[in-house]
Amino acid sequence: MTATDSADLVSIPALLARNAREFGDKAAYREKEFGIWQSWTWSEAVEQVEALALGLLTLGAAKGDHIAIAGRNRPYLYWSMLAAQWIGAVPVPIYQDAVGDEISYVLDHCNARFIVAGDQEQVDKILDIKDDLKNLERIIYLDGRGLRKYDHSFLSQFQKLQDIGRSAKDTLGPELAARQSSQNYDDTCVMLYTSGTTGRPKGVVLSNRNVIETSKNSSQFDDLGPNEEVLAYLPMAWVGDYTFSMGQALWTGFCVNCPESPETMMTDLREIGPTYYFAPPRVFENQLTNVMIRMEDASRMKQWMFHKSMAHAKTVGPALLSGLPVSFMDRVKYWLGDKFIYGPLKNTLGMSRVRVGYTAGEAIGPELFDFYRSLGINLKQLYGQTEATVYVTIQPDGEVRADTVGVPAPGVEVRIGDNGEIYYRSPGVFVEYYNNPESTASTKDKDGWVATGDAGFFEETSGHLRIIDRAKDVGKISDGRLFAPKYVENKLKFFPNILEAVVFGNGCDYCTAFINIDLNAVGNWAERNNIAYGGYQELSQHPEVLDMIQTHIEETNLSVADDPMLSGCQVHRFLVLHKELDADDGEMTRTRKVRRRIVEEKFSDLIAGLYDGSERVATTTEVTYEDGRKGSISATLEMRDAATVVAQKIAAE
Amino acid sequence: MFDQPESFVTSDGRTIGGVMMEMKNITLRFGGVVAIQDISFDIREGEIRAIIGPNGAGKSSMLNVISGFYNPQEGEVWYKGERRPSMKPFEVARQGIARTFQNIALFEGMSVLDNVMTGRLNHMKAGILSQAFWYGSAQREETENREVVERVLDFLEIQHIRKTPVSRLPYGLKKRVELARALAADPKILLLDEPMAGMNVEEKEDMSRFILDVNDEFGTTIALIEHDMSVVMDISDRVVVMDYGKKIGDGTPKDVRSNQAVIDAYLGVAHD
Repeated sequence: MTATDSADLVSIPALLARNAREFGDKAAYREKEFGIWQSWTWSEAVEQVEALALGLLTLGAAKGDHIAIAGRNRPYLYWSMLAAQWIGAVPVPIYQDAVGDEISYVLDHCNARFIVAGDQEQVDKILDIKDDLKNLERIIYLDGRGLRKYDHSFLSQFQKLQDIGRSAKDTLGPELAARQSSQNYDDTCVMLYTSGTTGRPKGVVLSNRNVIETSKNSSQFDDLGPNEEVLAYLPMAWVGDYTFSMGQALWTGFCVNCPESPETMMTDLREIGPTYYFAPPRVFENQLTNVMIRMEDASRMKQWMFHKSMAHAKTVGPALLSGLPVSFMDRVKYWLGDKFIYGPLKNTLGMSRVRVGYTAGEAIGPELFDFYRSLGINLKQLYGQTEATVYVTIQPDGEVRADTVGVPAPGVEVRIGDNGEIYYRSPGVFVEYYNNPESTASTKDKDGWVATGDAGFFEETSGHLRIIDRAKDVGKISDGRLFAPKYVENKLKFFPNILEAVVFGNGCDYCTAFINIDLNAVGNWAERNNIAYGGYQELSQHPEVLDMIQTHIEETNLSVADDPMLSGCQVHRFLVLHKELDADDGEMTRTRKVRRRIVEEKFSDLIAGLYDGSERVATTTEVTYEDGRKGSISATLEMRDAATVVAQKIAAE
Repeated sequence: MFDQPESFVTSDGRTIGGVMMEMKNITLRFGGVVAIQDISFDIREGEIRAIIGPNGAGKSSMLNVISGFYNPQEGEVWYKGERRPSMKPFEVARQGIARTFQNIALFEGMSVLDNVMTGRLNHMKAGILSQAFWYGSAQREETENREVVERVLDFLEIQHIRKTPVSRLPYGLKKRVELARALAADPKILLLDEPMAGMNVEEKEDMSRFILDVNDEFGTTIALIEHDMSVVMDISDRVVVMDYGKKIGDGTPKDVRSNQAVIDAYLGVAHD
């Protein structure tokens, strides 16, 4: 059973109609609600989408309108995107945890007339900024809880709007059909705002061609079929979720499962057992941290079995997965390990059925990557961007390595510029940045080549692409050796106790680092060692915690020194930050990438302290609470020296 | 006695109905100690009614009188226009009055789900035999009650701890589970004994939001005891103030705040 391809499949609604025709009775969407998985078949989904599309027509939604969508992953919100596309409008998913002025900027920039909001929290945020938004006509909300008393002249309830749509089917049906049939391959499919590590977010316009061609190519690459199961839990505003849960799901007809709530994601993952799974390194990291924490609490016997089996898995697991020759005895031992350890562990992680798993968004630590692969999970890496409709390079089965991101994806051309920057051209290359011709021109040249802003090179032996760092972050320390902060940060972040690391040193004599501890891991460690603490801040500055972080850093220095090219990046001095870097404070993007410049500016006093040799620095930091209020925290931070390795300094000259 | 009309609409658009429960000249003694002395007040349908007062004022005793745990020596409790005879707590519960406790009283070893299911006890009618073999009406009832419970879990956003034993939960969540259990009973009147005691600011905000949402969504009448003045003033419609077993004030938060007896007894002396 595979979906049929035909020339008239030039829009998302056309794919939806085809799926209803070919897989009418197959589950298309599932969501856990009230403790039970509710499901909708493709034909039921079409009915839901149609009702909403008609409802939007009764509100006067026109072709080309922007319809924003804000909320957690729910089938209803995916249908909202589909309904918008059906009537020729453009869905604009926005990050559900964005604060008021971020949403305000996006809604204002795209002149959204309607917004579909998940719940009261989203509605409240929009009502707060409503006065600045002249074009916003109506909020359509899904979960009415707490909204009973609100002034409904500006609000519509999702299901009620669908009912209005259903009753208007006779009059508006022809209009709806006309809206669909008039769409072509180069019409806008969706607009996604990039999280923007620098500056304001930009609206990336993707056409039907971008999305459908990319979905087609990538589905073929991994042989995705209508029986795949995916768990949709990553932000809907992110291009990855759009491509996996909308593009590929519609192209192949597979089923999209939505968790009950963000907190139940791990339980839901286990219940669904996805066959096709995507997670940023952070999620894999968290899962591994949880496993390790629980192992430390397990009995001696279990610990011994776990460590013994994992050691074996590390030696042969990846080779087995890549189809390389492995001795008979090793196979037998691996089989036993699978029965007793790997199998149950995979089940606990919800990865028993994962056939293809991807990680992207950030570089993944080699140890972390190998851990999953050694369990027999086919975890691969891809490298991509919103502007490319995800795919730039991808790892084919059997050619998977932690330190590369694979070969150019099907249909993608990649070249390396003179300055080491990576450029690509593909059918997925975005149309433009919405209302921003300057940025479009500076990113995409007239032949369609797009600059990624990342520096990298192709390995001569394998032909795989290796990413060094953001092109603008790569620099030199004062003795001329290469400075690539990401490389060291990733090594540091592999330690379960370290949540985030930021390395500085461009143009300086040596490198220094900020460390964020992982409250889960360090808190558990503190509990087991009878270390009392009053909160994050106190724990982070505990002398024993600092000792522990220092050993991690020194271990990292040892491994950084191995690479002659990057040995200058060893961390000489460090401090543990008194607060977690947070997107609400602007220190990270919504996809949780560190905004280096902002961190540098905000904590300039601490960086100065790291370089002037002070032992302690007192600082006050402004923080933003989830509801937008501001406060400040002050702390005295200890700066420590870490041992470095100097033996291999030969490469410097 | 009733200077207010039968029903009226508050400034935030909620309808407050007629008198649902009335305490008439209640006096409660423990031996020689007078815990409550000649107190009268009423609770109207759909309102959030707070009982405040310093430590030892008799607030919890009052709540225990309402819930039938104590029977006052003097005075009458009127419920839905009828005088309530002296009753056992379970009989009161059957009348649609549910409560939470100051010191959490959950089944520690049971999961959240099972704890909340116990709140549905009064809605299960199947006999012991069909319960034991789980057939017929027992099966149907469990499904129906489970649905009610799941809606409550969803409402209070505690789905993620559905299967977690209560003993493993932090204090703030236990309080929420207790509220869930009371709510699962589908009560007409919900009695909350210091729902926010020992919570941090964020937990208090969440709890206040849930209390308001319960009142708004299900129209449940709520009587609560609370120490945190700002919470009481923010969420309640009317406040009874007690001191040494006596009622020293009764009215809207605004009235109470400016009542000199209340200020002296509880809030301290006002500074101008």
